[in-house]
Amino acid sequence: MSETVASQGSAPQAIVTGQGVSFTAGGRQLVSEASLALAPGTTTILIGPNGAGKSTLLKLLTGELTPSSGSVLVDGEALSSIPGWRLACQRVVMAQHARLVFPFSVYEVARLGADGVGRALSRQRREVLIGECLAAAGVLELASRRYQTLSGGEQQRVQFARALCQMEAGRSVCERQVLFLDEPIASLDLCHQLALLDMARTIAARGVAVLVVLHDLNLAVTYADHLVVMDQGRIIVQGAPAKTLDDALLRQVFKVDLSLSRAPAPGLPFLLPQQHRLSPAA
Amino acid sequence: MTLATPPARSMALPSLAAFVDGRRRAAVATVIGLTLACLALTIVAIGQGAIAIPPGRVAEILMARLAGDDALLQGRDVLVVLNIRLPRVLIGLLIGAALAVSGALMQGLFRNPLADPGLVGVSAGAGLAAAATIVLGDRFLTGMAMKLPFAVLPFGAFCGGLLSTLALYLIATRDGRTSVATMLLAGVALGALAGALTGLLAYLSDDRQLRDLTFWSLGSLGGASWTKLSAVAPIVLPLLLAMPLLARGLNGLMLGEAEAYHLGIPVQRVKAMAIILVALAVGASVATAGMIGFVGIVVPHLVRLATGPDHRLLLPLSALGGAMLLVGADIAARLIVAPAELPIGIVTAAIGAPFFLWLLLRRSGPLDV
Repeated sequence: MSETVASQGSAPQAIVTGQGVSFTAGGRQLVSEASLALAPGTTTILIGPNGAGKSTLLKLLTGELTPSSGSVLVDGEALSSIPGWRLACQRVVMAQHARLVFPFSVYEVARLGADGVGRALSRQRREVLIGECLAAAGVLELASRRYQTLSGGEQQRVQFARALCQMEAGRSVCERQVLFLDEPIASLDLCHQLALLDMARTIAARGVAVLVVLHDLNLAVTYADHLVVMDQGRIIVQGAPAKTLDDALLRQVFKVDLSLSRAPAPGLPFLLPQQHRLSPAA
Repeated sequence: MTLATPPARSMALPSLAAFVDGRRRAAVATVIGLTLACLALTIVAIGQGAIAIPPGRVAEILMARLAGDDALLQGRDVLVVLNIRLPRVLIGLLIGAALAVSGALMQGLFRNPLADPGLVGVSAGAGLAAAATIVLGDRFLTGMAMKLPFAVLPFGAFCGGLLSTLALYLIATRDGRTSVATMLLAGVALGALAGALTGLLAYLSDDRQLRDLTFWSLGSLGGASWTKLSAVAPIVLPLLLAMPLLARGLNGLMLGEAEAYHLGIPVQRVKAMAIILVALAVGASVATAGMIGFVGIVVPHLVRLATGPDHRLLLPLSALGGAMLLVGADIAARLIVAPAELPIGIVTAAIGAPFFLWLLLRRSGPLDV
């Protein structure tokens, strides 16, 4: 296993590095030979059709799954050799689905993020931190509500608040952090989609490496510093969004006729799905 | 902290602090209140029975004993309190706490409000071993063992509980990961098997054995002694002492195993620790007092209704509640048909089930909300 790959990539300071990561389950290869580096201050967005292996790759990078071959390094150290509590201070994950059986209040759910990681903090400090994270995720007014009584979108924002709590608490232990968001905006309305992604970028600007799995291509192009396109378990292409996407690739990967346009303001590409031979609507 | 705060039509931070403080104050009040109530019930319970002793006198005797003041320890009531009632009530407190905490742990572990040591086959395994000892013991046990029937029965039950838990754990563990769903399903199957075999044993038994079996399957605190207490306490106490260690892990597990792992919780260790401690405590409880149902489901559920599902509060309050329920049921068991005694399992079910149903009916919404 070559340990030198990490240092020759475009991001020598990468916090998390996946090197030729593959994962096989039930005889099917879900991820093949994926190499990826998550650098501090960078928002990496992972896109691809259903079943492309996005979530599996994310689970491999977070340590939830162990690669069949290849390796995942966190600051040069093998992920599997890092103790759980130390990893939790550095690596924060907001998973795709989060159900809860027992009636926790929103405050208690958010507190779960700060409980273990923030052990060293005083109780007052932790409570202030939880309040700030609830506010930042826009769910402070729901703090006393029971989690189960919330809508899907509200639950998702509460989970985001919990992830923020873990990050803020973990920051006192480890500065080089990485945040994983698996389809974090799937149940959100447009306003909250943008608010959450803005927040993700704010966090990245603070020096955190952020990886987001998204389905909305326009949002992906807008928010990504580094865009990764997956299909059938492989990383097809990765790089700056403006250079990464083209019509042929989109047709091949997403099986939809798309044509790239340039948005007027920042010159970023945007996409409108096309019906077979109809001209695009204004 | 430099989080950008988006415009929030928000409950202000001070009102959040008030909410949190209020919750904490309510929790402290509940803990103190229940502890005092438990103490009071203990004193009352020691006074109840064929020879009634007023609570004041009970407290006097206990204080004198604690102070080592032998001059005050004269009279028949002192003997009754110190040698008969006190060990019985202490065993009741211990087993009640163990059963309720075991229930709460299992429910947390399986993320299912219906989970209970009875459900994962621990009690059934212990019960089967006890039945086997009662029915087949005469044929196979000779010499030493015949002279110690009271030691053989608890030991058998204890081994049965431990073996069934071990079997369950091995069935449900693949590649070092324990599947909670597999364990729940396998537990139901093992419980059914143990039940069938126990039934078969009942079919084979004679009249005396059948009566012993019935006694066993309904549970009793009768025959308590300091010897029994010293046998059960070292096995049950680790469970109660480990509560603070397990609480945070169980809270994290409420979100799911992957999420708990992400939060830095050593998921496998928490699961293994909880399962082993529960097997030990329940095995010892069944060995000492027979099968006592219902405590493990009712008590944690009541606590959750009252103070919420946070395990840091749920576990200690369940311990207090379970201890009180069992000691209270034991008072009833001794009084209802005095001077005879009812099996305590009958009482816990007869009091617990209607109360539980009433609670369910009283609620307006669905349970899981």
